[in-house]
Amino acid sequence: MKNWINVKEFLEEVGGISSFIGRFFREGFTPRYEFAELIRQCYWVGYKSLPLVGITAFIMGLVLTIQSRPTLVKFGAESMLPLMVAVSLVREISPVITALICAGKIGSGMGAELGSMRVTEQIDAMEVSGTNPFKYLIVTRVLATTLMLPILANLSNAISLYGGYLGVNIRGHISWHLYWTQVFDALSYSDLVPAVIKTFFFGFAIGVVGCFKGYYSSKGTEGVGRSANSAVVVASLMVFIIDLIAVQIADLLGLT
Amino acid sequence: MDRETVIEIRNLNKSFGSNHVLQNFEMDLFKGENLAVLGKSGSGKSVLIKCIIGLYLPEEGSIHLFGRDIGEFDPREWDIVRQRIGFLFQSNALYDSMTIRENLEFPLRRHEIKKQSESNTEELIRETLANVGLEHTIDMMPVELSGGMRKRIALARTLILKPEIILYDEPTTGLDPITAREISNLILEVQKKYETSSIIISHDMNCIDIVSNRIIMLIDGKCYAQGVFDNLKDSKDEKVREFFE
Repeated sequence: MKNWINVKEFLEEVGGISSFIGRFFREGFTPRYEFAELIRQCYWVGYKSLPLVGITAFIMGLVLTIQSRPTLVKFGAESMLPLMVAVSLVREISPVITALICAGKIGSGMGAELGSMRVTEQIDAMEVSGTNPFKYLIVTRVLATTLMLPILANLSNAISLYGGYLGVNIRGHISWHLYWTQVFDALSYSDLVPAVIKTFFFGFAIGVVGCFKGYYSSKGTEGVGRSANSAVVVASLMVFIIDLIAVQIADLLGLT
Repeated sequence: MDRETVIEIRNLNKSFGSNHVLQNFEMDLFKGENLAVLGKSGSGKSVLIKCIIGLYLPEEGSIHLFGRDIGEFDPREWDIVRQRIGFLFQSNALYDSMTIRENLEFPLRRHEIKKQSESNTEELIRETLANVGLEHTIDMMPVELSGGMRKRIALARTLILKPEIILYDEPTTGLDPITAREISNLILEVQKKYETSSIIISHDMNCIDIVSNRIIMLIDGKCYAQGVFDNLKDSKDEKVREFFE
């Protein structure tokens, strides 16, 4: 019986998110447009996440390079280090790690903020004053994450590759010019384009899940905590699922 | 002469699971009157006004606002009709990330019909704050205000759209007796100055005594009794007397 209840809850959740996405597209592309709030959300999602994403990317590039070196040295392929690091970071690691960081920081933030607005009746207050809270709160946040995540992921690429340069130079020596020449020679548009496209979907998923969990939060402060928590868990899971689907599509299209 | 009805409710039913909150509830709100709805906690008073404003959907029955059935409203019509109805939340529901100015500006900026120029908006905000005696708080944050001040600001935010009907959800709950009396007097002032019709949900007898022109007693989800304060106070009915003792 309990399993049936879980299945029912799961299906209700899937149905709820699907209808939430449908409403996003209906409301997002009809006036009135909340440009000022969209810019404010882009600032919070993009600019305010930059330090965390930057530091993580730098450490990620540095660590990946240091960890990969011994294996490449064993096969006499140390000179391939910039190539390997560049492809790994740009194609997979950097977009996914950036998305996971954003799922943690932005997803939970949105879940908690909207959840607390729901339980303190602020969302109801917007509704009864004849303001459309979905347009003001949800459309702007989902658009902001969708637009900002690709930018953050690309900045993360650049910073992590710089971390890779320092990592290569800890044990060996490679000039700045040679390193970047090797990196750009190794990369092609088929590495970059699928990675950028999937970050739009990562951003959309993080925004939708964070907003959905917060918007339908209930049961007081406990509910707010639960919304923030489940926003992170579900958004992180969605990032991996989207990544898996993106890899399969890229593979089918011969972009691997 | 018949008085103009602004809200008409017939056979309203609303339940949450097996809990039947409202059962065949009926009432009318006439233009210019302050109607108090009195009932115990959990009796469905707040559910009633949330059904009126469209936050909850009634299961059966009809609610007519200004002569139109709310079941016929599409979202756009709801937005328009909600400009004519103010709602004061029990928790005040002030936007805590905005200043008082922004709290009052928010409904104005988003109403195409009532959109104002920059100088008109500022003037209107200051005038509305002055009406609740809190002009000096314009640049403060809600968290910096006392409970009574927040209630006044929430009322100012409700008044800024110059509504014809105001729904008050427990306006004096959580306030000390002096502040509660000030809020009750303010509700009366609002009725006179803005010529509003109001439903006041409360179980604070002092507040009801001050503000109400008529009282409805909501017991077991139904309109159990109605009348003016003094008549109900002298009632022989045990359930009615309970509230006045």
